[in-house]
Amino acid sequence: MNVHEFQAKSLFAQFGVPVPRGKEITSPEAATAWANELNTPVFVVKAQIHAGGRGKAGGVKITKDKNAVAGFAKELIGKTLVTHQTGPNGRRVHRLLIEEGANIAKELYLSLLVDRDTGWPTVIASTEGGMEIEEVAAHTPEKIIKEAIDPAVGFQGHNGRNVAFALGLQNIEPAVINPFVKMLDNLYRLFMEKHAALVEINPLIITKEKTLIALDGKVSFDDNGLFKHEDVQKMRDLNEEEPLEIEATANNLNYVKLDGNIGCMVNGAGLAMATMDVIKLAGSEPANFLDVGGGATKETVAAGFRILLKDPNVKGIFINIFGGIVRCERIAHGVIEAAKEVKINVPLVVRLQGTNAEEGRKLLAESGLKLEVANDLWEAAQKIVKLTGGAA
Amino acid sequence: MSILVNKNTRVVVQGITGKEGSFHATQCKAYGTKVVAGVTPGKVGQEVEGIPVFNTVADAVKKTEADTSLIFVPPPFCADAILEAADARIRLVICITEGIPVNDMVRVKRALRGREVRLIGPNCPGVITVDEAKIGIMPGFIHKKGVVGVVSRSGTLTYEAVHQLSTLGLGETTCVGIGGDPVNGTGFVDVLPLFEKDSETQAIVMIGEIGGDAEEKAAEFIKKHVKKPVVSFIAGITAPPGRRMGHAGAIISGGKGTATEKMKALESAGVTVVKNPAEIGNAVKKALRR
Repeated sequence: MNVHEFQAKSLFAQFGVPVPRGKEITSPEAATAWANELNTPVFVVKAQIHAGGRGKAGGVKITKDKNAVAGFAKELIGKTLVTHQTGPNGRRVHRLLIEEGANIAKELYLSLLVDRDTGWPTVIASTEGGMEIEEVAAHTPEKIIKEAIDPAVGFQGHNGRNVAFALGLQNIEPAVINPFVKMLDNLYRLFMEKHAALVEINPLIITKEKTLIALDGKVSFDDNGLFKHEDVQKMRDLNEEEPLEIEATANNLNYVKLDGNIGCMVNGAGLAMATMDVIKLAGSEPANFLDVGGGATKETVAAGFRILLKDPNVKGIFINIFGGIVRCERIAHGVIEAAKEVKINVPLVVRLQGTNAEEGRKLLAESGLKLEVANDLWEAAQKIVKLTGGAA
Repeated sequence: MSILVNKNTRVVVQGITGKEGSFHATQCKAYGTKVVAGVTPGKVGQEVEGIPVFNTVADAVKKTEADTSLIFVPPPFCADAILEAADARIRLVICITEGIPVNDMVRVKRALRGREVRLIGPNCPGVITVDEAKIGIMPGFIHKKGVVGVVSRSGTLTYEAVHQLSTLGLGETTCVGIGGDPVNGTGFVDVLPLFEKDSETQAIVMIGEIGGDAEEKAAEFIKKHVKKPVVSFIAGITAPPGRRMGHAGAIISGGKGTATEKMKALESAGVTVVKNPAEIGNAVKKALRR
C-alpha cells in the first residue's frame, strides 16, 4: 500500500526524522489560512498523488509571495496530472502539501528496503540526490552505496558511519555526520516497526544552515503487515486506487486492471499470469489479472464476472481453472449460477482441468449456456482470441 | 531416490485442528504420507483422523520422532511456528501459510541461518515425492512417478506443468514449491543441486515468475553446475511494472525482475526456455530425447 508524501512526512516526524514545516490542504481557503500561519520566506505547494514526476508535470509550485499560495491551490486542486508514472489518463489532485522552502546546499538520496537476495534490510544511498535512482544505478553504479543491516541486532552506529563516510559527508559537511547516523537509526525503526516495504527520501538535503531535512518522502507498506497497524490502514486513499480493484478486494479477489480486451478469471497467481501470457501469444491482450484464489465458490465467480464486465474494454472472457483442492464441478456450478445472475453478453471460453474436470465440462456443455468448453490451455486461448476477433 | 522427502519422512502438522490443517493433514495421510503428529497449543489429547495432537512441537517430536513439519498456522503467528519447529530440531519445515509479513520472514530467515534446518516456503504448495510422500496442498492424483524434477515459485501453474508431464508419460520424481514471497527459506539454487545429484531425476523443470533475481541466480548456477537438461517457463511477460501480481514477490520494481531479463539469463545458461506455458511438457520430452 502506498501513502501520500504528507503522510510519509508525518511518519518521519513521528520517528524523529526532520521534515519541513507543512500541512495537508484541500481547499484554497485553507491554503490562505495556513500560508498566514506558516509565514516563511519561501512557500512550496505540492500536489499529493501516488506517483512520481510531479514536478515536471507542473504539480509543484514555489513562491515567495504569501498571497500567491491560494491561487496555486485553486489551480492544482481538481487538476489532472499526467506523469511518467500515472499512465496516460493521469491522476486527479484532491489534496496538497503546503510547506516551507529550504536553503539547499547539497542533495542526497536515501532509501531502505529488504534486499531479496540476502533477506536483510538494506540502506541505499547516493550523492546524486534529486535524480531517478534507477538512472543513477544504470549509468553510474559506483555512485550507489549499499549497507545491509543485520536484522538479528538491528541498526548499529557503524552501519550509519559506513554510509556517511562512503557518501563523503566528511568532505561535504562534517557537522551533519552524527545527525545523519541518528536519522538512519530512526528510519530503520520506522521501517521495521511499521512493516514498510520501502522508505525513500529523495532528496535528503543538507541545508546552508548545516542541517538535514527530508525534502521529499515516500513510504510504501507491506500489505501483509497492515493488520498490525490501524494508523497506517487509515492512510489508505481510495481516490488513488482503481475502483474495480477496490471492489475486487472487497470480494476477496486479486484483480489488476490492464489495457487489453480479454478478461480472464483464473485460480492461482502464477497460472493467472501464465494465462495472460498465453493470450498475448495467441495474438491478443489480457484486460486484467484476476486470481479467484483457492476457495473459488459461486459467489466469487459471480463477483469475478461482475468486475470483468464492468470494464468496457472487455470483449470476451476466458476462465481457466486448474482444479486441485478446488473441484471443477463446483466451479462449473458456480459459472452456471453466476451466469443466471449476471448477464454475460460477450463470448465465454471455459477451460477446466484437474480434479473432476470431466464432470465440470459435462455440466457446462449441458447447461444450455452460450459458451465454449476447452480441455487444453493453448486450445482455449486460441478459441477466445478468435471469438473476440483477434488473430489466430 | 528422490529429494527432500520420501516414504520414511515423519510429518508433524502445525495448526492441525484448523480448517485447512485438518483437511490437508487428512489428504496427505490418504496419499500415504506418514503423518505422525499434529500440534495446536492447548489441544493435547485430541485426534484428527487418528493423528494425535500435541501442545508443542517439542512434545510431538519426543513422542513420535517427527522430522518434518507442515505449517498451516495463520500469518500473525506463523513466524513463531517456524521458529518453534526449528527449536524442536525439525530438519525440514514446509510452510504453506500465505500472507506472512515480510519483516517477520526477515527475522526468521536470519534466525535460521547456520542451523541444521531447511525451510520451504512460505506461501507455497509444499513438496511431493511421487508415490511416497505428499507434504502440502497439491492434488496428489495429477502426479505420476517418473523422471522429471520440478521446482517452482507458483502453485496452480506447477499443477499445469505436472499435468503435462504426467499426460505425456514422463512423470515426476519430486516437485518442490518454493513459494511466491519475496523472502523465503529455499531458493532455486538450493533445490537445483539436489536434483542434479538425484539419480532418478533425468531432467528439471523450473518455473519462475517476475520479480527479484532468483531466476538470474539460478541461471548462473545452472551454467556452472547443472549437466541435466533444464526446461523453464517464466510467468508474467505481460505484467506491467510496479504492480503486484497476486504473489507478494511477483512485482517488477525499478526496471528489475522482468520476465524478458530472466528468460535471457536462462537461455544464455543453456536452459530451454518456453514462451508458451502449454509447451512445458513437450519441451521436456524433446530435451530428454537429445
